[in-house]
Amino acid sequence: MPEREQIRRTPTERPEEAVDEAPSSWDAGEKLKAELDDLLDEIDEVLETNAEDFVRSFVQKGGQ
Amino acid sequence: MAIRKICGIETEYGIVFRGVDDPNPITASSILINSYLSDLTRTGGAVHGAPGVGWDFEFETPGADARGVTSPDSMPPEVETHMVNAVLTNGARYYVDHAHPELSTPECGDALSVVTFDRSAEVILEQSMRAADALLPEGQSIVAYKNNSDGKGNSYGCHENYLIDRDLPFGRIVAEITPHFITRQIFCGAGKVGSEIGFSSDLVPFQISQRADFFEEEVGLETTLKRPIINTRDEPHADPQKYRRLHVIIGDANMSEVATFLKVGTTAIVLAMIEDDWIKRDLRFAEPIQALRTVSTDLSLTAALPLLGGGSATALEVQRYLCERAADWGQHHGFSVVGEEVGPEILRRWEQTLSGLEDDPESLVSTIDWIAKFRLISGYRERHELEWGDARLHALDLQYHDLRPEKSLARRVGLETICDPELVLRGMSFPPEDTRAYFRGACLAKFGDEIISANWDSMVFDVGSEPLRRVAMMEPSRGTASHVASVIESSQTAAELLAQLDA
Repeated sequence: MPEREQIRRTPTERPEEAVDEAPSSWDAGEKLKAELDDLLDEIDEVLETNAEDFVRSFVQKGGQ
Repeated sequence: MAIRKICGIETEYGIVFRGVDDPNPITASSILINSYLSDLTRTGGAVHGAPGVGWDFEFETPGADARGVTSPDSMPPEVETHMVNAVLTNGARYYVDHAHPELSTPECGDALSVVTFDRSAEVILEQSMRAADALLPEGQSIVAYKNNSDGKGNSYGCHENYLIDRDLPFGRIVAEITPHFITRQIFCGAGKVGSEIGFSSDLVPFQISQRADFFEEEVGLETTLKRPIINTRDEPHADPQKYRRLHVIIGDANMSEVATFLKVGTTAIVLAMIEDDWIKRDLRFAEPIQALRTVSTDLSLTAALPLLGGGSATALEVQRYLCERAADWGQHHGFSVVGEEVGPEILRRWEQTLSGLEDDPESLVSTIDWIAKFRLISGYRERHELEWGDARLHALDLQYHDLRPEKSLARRVGLETICDPELVLRGMSFPPEDTRAYFRGACLAKFGDEIISANWDSMVFDVGSEPLRRVAMMEPSRGTASHVASVIESSQTAAELLAQLDA
């Protein structure tokens, strides 16, 4: 699970944020936004190539 | 007095057979599981014991049902397509149910153990996909998804099971656990793009639960049609004089370990509180199905739900009340029935999560699936300026649950993990030590060749000269490592084991 480890490691790679004693909600929001941007860049590479076909053919009958 | 909350999870996985025209999900599920079993036989017999032991469907007579048996001799790497139903050395059941691969965890002693074995199950599915792909022709591949809906009105379940006291009147269980089932989704919903009961994406762009759309009754026996919030299947798989097994069909399958922990942990505590008559407020909703759907579609978590006895409450208020009662219950009774160490951790997470939901839901982005998924999908939508009905957003929703590590979006959103990774791997082959699953798993590992079949409450041995011997396991809290490890250890054959058990 390298991706997960990478994401969890982020705080220690940015000590200036990790030691921030009382980050305001605004800071937290900015940090989350930056993480989300990184994530969205990353997932573009793994997304199913033809979303419409993928979604249309994903049929799961006979479940409880 | 509350009894020990032995519990487990059974998950039906979504399945896609890629590279095949008109794929058959039963065939795909069979190939997936058979590939895993034959891989075990080829590579790790000593470690994994006897993967080919079949499930016993009989109750009174030894099961000669051989439909699950993969003979250890059948080693050639051929694609097996027969329906399979196997018992693993970790005490779990791995089988084809309807048109899905399903894995039922062994009976676990507490919520953290359930999360660990649920994760072990995911890794078993990962290995199954790799094993199947290695056998399939170039261009074909089988992919499993840990979700509960195909987005087209078809759902498949992630059921939980809890041991409860037979003396508890069923009517009280229904009255007191239903409000929990309707409201707990605010922290254990897995999130879903859109609605499957006819609402447009303008009205329901995203909802909290995968499953809420599919429930139509308050109480009933069904699991595939008109699904009920409370399932009345009375099949204790244990001494029916003493126990019930509450078969919970309403939950979502979670990718977040914390969410699974909260789902199972809070439910175990609420059931124990019901046994101890600790819930003092009548929390019954006036219209349970409507309340379930309202909670699922109210991302603001502020909807007031009418109560049967008058007045109203939000889902958060109901959860706050239950959580406060749980703290009080723990002070009076201790947490032994839900785990001496695990119980306080459930309570701590529960309180913290409710505070997060009240003050700043986004702060729970690393623990709560629907919040992690909503943030990911709404972020993608904004970046690419998409409408909510866009197929790409549905694709993201499905891919969140993809069990291939390199494709899974849940693996990329930074979810917090609480399981020991070594225990997760160990849990693929070794059973929990604190329930009867230990006896099942340890016997399969050591005496697999002499076991004809197994199920939750018995095992059938073939020791050669004598008639087949069925060993009943009607007490889920017996057959633990402390009860039977030394007996299994000191027996060289199943006959010796049975002789020692008889003594």
